[in-house]
Amino acid sequence: MKMVRVYIMGKEYKVPEGLTIMKAMEYAGYRYIRGSGCRAGFCGACATVYRKEGDYKLYADLACQTTVEDGMYLAQLPFVPANKATYSLKKLNADDKVLVEHYPELARCVSCNTCTKACPQELEVMDYVQASLRGDFEKAAHLSFDCIQCGLCAIRCPAEIPQYHVAQLARRIYGRYVAPKALHLEKRVEEIKQGKFDKEIERLKKMSKEEIKKAYYARDIEEEAPEED
Amino acid sequence: MKILYYPGCTLKTNAKDFEIAAIESFKEIGVELKEMERWNCCGTVYSLATDNLMYHLAAIRNLIRVQEKGEKKVTTLCSVCYNTLKQANYMVRREEDKLQKINAFMDEEEDYKGEVEIIHPLEILNERISEIKEKVKKPLNMKIAAYYGCLLLRPKEIAIDNFEKPSIMENLIEALGGTAVDFPYKNECCGSYNVIDKEDVIVERTYKIISSAKKRGADAIITSCPLCYFNLSDMQEKVKKKYPEFSSLPIYYFSELMTMAFGIKMVKVRE
Repeated sequence: MKMVRVYIMGKEYKVPEGLTIMKAMEYAGYRYIRGSGCRAGFCGACATVYRKEGDYKLYADLACQTTVEDGMYLAQLPFVPANKATYSLKKLNADDKVLVEHYPELARCVSCNTCTKACPQELEVMDYVQASLRGDFEKAAHLSFDCIQCGLCAIRCPAEIPQYHVAQLARRIYGRYVAPKALHLEKRVEEIKQGKFDKEIERLKKMSKEEIKKAYYARDIEEEAPEED
Repeated sequence: MKILYYPGCTLKTNAKDFEIAAIESFKEIGVELKEMERWNCCGTVYSLATDNLMYHLAAIRNLIRVQEKGEKKVTTLCSVCYNTLKQANYMVRREEDKLQKINAFMDEEEDYKGEVEIIHPLEILNERISEIKEKVKKPLNMKIAAYYGCLLLRPKEIAIDNFEKPSIMENLIEALGGTAVDFPYKNECCGSYNVIDKEDVIVERTYKIISSAKKRGADAIITSCPLCYFNLSDMQEKVKKKYPEFSSLPIYYFSELMTMAFGIKMVKVRE
């Protein structure tokens, strides 16, 4: 097995080639009690920073998604402190000032783009911060759609903006006030309220585990929608 | 003619009317203002600190956005954006070491070569005076004072016109069938961002600027700056409170004047 050298918080270890940063640290004897979640690149819990030998860049990525390289300097972030504004979505005045009112530090952005460089999802973070600054929450919502809230943008930002919280507010406002309503969902909620499914739920509640399993495998499965380009 | 257009934040919010009127009236004389696909804040206000290049990244990044489209020219309506972009451009053209440092910092972008020209829309109009005259359907028949403020003219290296005695806006007024009124406060500062915490500064400036234009017989004042517009128009009520004899004047963006003369119907976005 080919081994590579990595430095975990300054100490050298030899770990098998091909491991992710997360697995390499576990191989070296570390146990994650924070900074780890789904291990599949979706939850954003395992934000990590590293450097490579002979390279001035500070890299930021997800520990569960990045393969170790020979000569990597590693450190794991247990948590990203970032203030989140409190608001009631129902009571918000969804105008072009709403984001900057809740996050006045947005106005400190100097367009340095450090956030974009840090994003493991390769989002145009600075562009959505700028869209937020000018009240374009629709653009901010679209540009930030794939955000997994790892917080690496916020921890690198020289203007100390909590980008990912701003983006979440933008998406919430967009979802509530701008995006087209899902009419089939409203209809279904109404049906549930009217008690259309009460009988079915009651029946399920009384079933044994075996019966539920059987019913689950025998359920009607909707035809999959054709894949979009 | 088509030219890349950099909007800036205010043109998308408080000064939406300025933008809509400009796009529509420029179309009338065959000029398409083509909005840039990607842009960020201009970096306002232009930082005079000589040892902090961070504050110039925003402006230069916008110029890179122009350069990467293969374009050499960009125009912007807002006086503040114009001033910031143009001053940053002027600085990096003269100071090679600063340009190098900025390019090295922005290593995710292509290097800025310093070749983009920032053109003010009033300069575009000044070259098309005869086309403008042809398109006038309702000559203005008003006396109008052109208010330049400071950002279009200073520092003199980036001025759109003679920095002491500009006439570019007056040319437009006359082409639209109005009478340009000269007044001594046309190049004076409106008080700018003092409106945030020293309102009285603005009340004084607005009182003097408007009273002076009025004394010269103006029926209205035009501007190219959303901040001047705000200070001159939105602060008039406060001026009235302090100076009961003060009589108000309507303030327009120069593009709104064009839509009036061209007979383009506009619905105000912001009252």
